[in-house]
Amino acid sequence: MSADAKTRKKPPADAHQHAPNDSGITASDRRPTPRVGVFVCHCGINIAKTVDVKRVSEEIAKEPGVVIAEDYQYMCSVPGQQMIVDAVSQHNLNRIIVAACSPKMHEPTFRRAVGKAGLNPYLCEISNIREHCSWVHEDREQATEKAIDITRTILEKIRGDDSLDTTSTPVTKRALVIGGGIAGIQAALDIAGSGYEVILVERESSIGGHMAQLGETFPTLDCASCIFTPKIVEVAQNENIKLLAYSEVESVSGFVGQFEVKIRRKARSVDETVCTGCGICTEKCPTRVADEFNRGLVVHNPDKPRKPFGKRGAIYIPFAQAQPKVATIDRENCRYYQAGKCKVCEKVCGPKAIRFDQKDEIVTEKVGAIVIATGYETLPRGVYGEYGYGKYENVIDGLQLERMLSAAGPTAGDIRRPSDGKVPKEVVWIQCVGSRDESKGIPYCSKICCMYTAKQTRLYKHRVHDGQAYVFYMDIRAGGKRYEEFVKHAQVDEGTVYLRGRVSKIYERGDKLIVMGMDTLSGSQIEIPADMVVLATAIVPQHGTEEFARKLRVGIGENGFIAEAHVKLKPVETSTAGIFIAGAIQAPKDIPDTVAQAGCAASKVLNLFSNDTLTSEPIVASVDEELCSGCGLCIGACAYDARKMDEKKHIVVVEDVLCQGCGACRAACPSSACELKNFRTEQFINMVDAIT
Amino acid sequence: METTAGSKKALKFAYYPGCSLHATAVDYNESTLAVAEALGIDLVEVPDWSCCGSTPAHCTDELLAAALPAKNMIAAGTVADEMLVCCSACFSRLKFAQKHIEEKENIRTKLSKIMPVEQAQSIKVRHLLDVLVQDIGVEKIAELKQQDLGLKVACYYGCLLTRPPKVTELDDAEDPCFMDDLLTAAGMETVPWPYKTECCGASFSLTRTEIVLRLVADILQMAKEAEVDCISVACPLCHANLDMRQSDIKKKLGLKYDIPIFYFTQLLGMAFGLEQGKLGIGRSLVDCKELLAAKGIK
Ligand SMILES: Cc1cc2nc3c(=O)[nH]c(=O)nc-3n(C[C@H](O)[C@H](O)[C@H](O)COP(=O)(O)OP(=O)(O)OC[C@H]3O[C@@H](n4cnc5c(N)ncnc54)[C@H](O)[C@@H]3O)c2cc1C
Repeated sequence: MSADAKTRKKPPADAHQHAPNDSGITASDRRPTPRVGVFVCHCGINIAKTVDVKRVSEEIAKEPGVVIAEDYQYMCSVPGQQMIVDAVSQHNLNRIIVAACSPKMHEPTFRRAVGKAGLNPYLCEISNIREHCSWVHEDREQATEKAIDITRTILEKIRGDDSLDTTSTPVTKRALVIGGGIAGIQAALDIAGSGYEVILVERESSIGGHMAQLGETFPTLDCASCIFTPKIVEVAQNENIKLLAYSEVESVSGFVGQFEVKIRRKARSVDETVCTGCGICTEKCPTRVADEFNRGLVVHNPDKPRKPFGKRGAIYIPFAQAQPKVATIDRENCRYYQAGKCKVCEKVCGPKAIRFDQKDEIVTEKVGAIVIATGYETLPRGVYGEYGYGKYENVIDGLQLERMLSAAGPTAGDIRRPSDGKVPKEVVWIQCVGSRDESKGIPYCSKICCMYTAKQTRLYKHRVHDGQAYVFYMDIRAGGKRYEEFVKHAQVDEGTVYLRGRVSKIYERGDKLIVMGMDTLSGSQIEIPADMVVLATAIVPQHGTEEFARKLRVGIGENGFIAEAHVKLKPVETSTAGIFIAGAIQAPKDIPDTVAQAGCAASKVLNLFSNDTLTSEPIVASVDEELCSGCGLCIGACAYDARKMDEKKHIVVVEDVLCQGCGACRAACPSSACELKNFRTEQFINMVDAIT
Repeated sequence: METTAGSKKALKFAYYPGCSLHATAVDYNESTLAVAEALGIDLVEVPDWSCCGSTPAHCTDELLAAALPAKNMIAAGTVADEMLVCCSACFSRLKFAQKHIEEKENIRTKLSKIMPVEQAQSIKVRHLLDVLVQDIGVEKIAELKQQDLGLKVACYYGCLLTRPPKVTELDDAEDPCFMDDLLTAAGMETVPWPYKTECCGASFSLTRTEIVLRLVADILQMAKEAEVDCISVACPLCHANLDMRQSDIKKKLGLKYDIPIFYFTQLLGMAFGLEQGKLGIGRSLVDCKELLAAKGIK
């Protein structure tokens, strides 16, 4: 900013107009001669203390086109707004500038006032002399100069502003929920409970997600099935919920209020409408493979060594309370699909539900809002070579232990070590396996592991009274209602030995696992010959989240989870209007937080559905047909899919309702054919000229 | 990549033996040169090289610990684009120096007053193991194999070669396998064993020998439990401790191992059918003649 702003000679305003285009008529020719009213706000002392508001209004009054300039204590107050309304009719004003706080704060307020005065609301501009000036400066003299300069630039901008009209589009009052874990289930139930239709899409053969795999849950130790099964059943019985399990979203088009979604219904090789879920086929199937629902956990069965616990057939129902409770054939492991012979399932099926020739099907659904609830995964095996994860049978992860702890799990709730089915007497838990480990690319805390580790040691002790549990930890993070008390209970009452430090390596010696670690509190090296080791592996985003996010046009945060629009103020919104997130796909989360967030996402959807139509912002991009060369660079630059190639004319066209007015297309356009309404290049050049 | 002698593009390196390879580890030097020749790798010794500073430098003076490697790396740059190092400690010090010069402005500024420090940054520092796996490739190693040694080997990487991974930029830091890959390609059986990256005590060998005896005994014990014929190493200090301390361990701890220790280059050389005398075989303290004779290795 030049210091001699006061003495600078300003060229006449119209000297900055750019050359007319071929038609010979510039838009400015069509704009009426500006009659601008400027209102300078004191904001109590927020502005007036540092900026001489009187001088700002006096100086700006001298500018050509400014009819009146006044200052007032609080422009946002009712009398302040009335000042604007009155001035418009008294002085026949056609443009209004309010020099006050950030437009984020009160632009809507003042635009409303201007609208009340009979002007187009988009002919009101805000000159931000609070956040951009008084709050960040101390020198009154210089701050006043800067406030004058800021207002001068806005004056140049407003000269080029046009009246803009909002458009409105109808809202389709149906929602799509993607992911049927506790987050998706809760959101679906809440939306459906308000009377709206919900389509719930789940990738696996049944809804339930990770919560369905758990044993008992912290902080109350109630069994997951007992509290979760009723919800799963409710989904199946709710007439407003259309459950599409074993399905995935193929593509999403459209915009808030009017999305069109294509969904792939994967072939189960079983007719869902005929299968009764009796399970005979799953027992008779001659194939036995590791079960992903048990996270691949297979436990040796001492009585029947050839029938270990934990495997499933090639036709399977993942768990007893599955919904929909129908069988699915895993074609990769099925003898018939692989070798052309078998069909045992078809022979034993009473209702004749097996369909070997079933094909994937694509269905299309129209919805007004989308909730993403696709959850998390844990660190893949093999990342921690030094812990022998994936190498030693008796090194398992937290979820595998949950399967053992579950009464409906492979060991019916008993703790048995995988290699020989014996009850392990010394068990070591290691926290932060991956989490908070930048060398493994995971700088963040997985948040739930401190709690579930404490829980698991307690449940272990409840089952193996003479057993000893050890936990290696970095810090204990138990911030949550009743969480600290819960961990304390494990440490004090249940005798879990907590060792502060890292484990450097684990190796097998005889039938023991030697855990070598450090107790940093006593400063000593420790070696524990353990029977089993449980790793609290890091929580990472669902695989394929990147591609999935691209399909839905939502952003990804730095750690690969789907990004919220604002960490604090918009925790369930995404960067795309009408698409919300819930649960562990946003960040690692336990069940209480997941349920709360799912309810919040549902309420945002309902909020949207309370409108019959949506109005969209008119500040969108436009394309100058004569300048556009059809290179298409802007199409790639657009994050909102708002630009398309008009194949006939070979130029780009803008879909106004999708455009968010971000301006990325304009930066990308090599021929300056992109303009943003009321943010045109010509306006910016005039703004810069005004202060240089 | 085609690499052997007579092929289109020969590999050329500035060879930095470091002090050990001219003293306690002449056998490592001899076998490295012999294997390099067999593989057609052109080694030009770094002109006027000096000590990398080793532990004494970085324990006393950060600047010295960067300056000594930098001086050698600049000299290396005058003969080749890449620098070949065999000693894990030298390798670690050179790589650390590059990282510190890059990240620590005070070191960079001070050094730039006395030497063209950017030249030290532009050279690529490579460990011999990495060159053999990445540039030569296990296929080539398998091709050159002349005799089946029939040895069961525990590959011992030591604690320094792959750590810290951000500096060394080598294989999986905690469970490295690239030495195993090389020896397997050359026809040996290698075993998964838990102590491949444990510390041998390194330079405590002279100041706190009792610590080294305990650490080395643990390593030897694990190798013995893995039922191997010998241990393969890639560092002169590891070799010294594992080889030299076995008699002390027998005397002071009453544990008898007698496990021959080889440099991986010696094993490769023998597999390639090179003359044992050229590979420095027989220079170590634990006798390996009996083992070699039993296996019929010439
Ligand atoms: C070992 C362990 C123990 C735990 N114990 C407890 C406890 O005791 N108490 C507690 O409060 N919390 C516990 N948790 C945390 C709990 O698991 C999570 O808070 C909860 O599961 C998060 O629910 P979600 O619905 O967000 O995600 P998920 O449970 O992961 O559900 C996501 C669902 O979306 C589906 N899906 C994924 N991608 C797609 C796609 N592209 N299309 C369609 N569907 C898709 C998945 O198949 C899955 O059904 C534990 C976690 C672990 C790892």
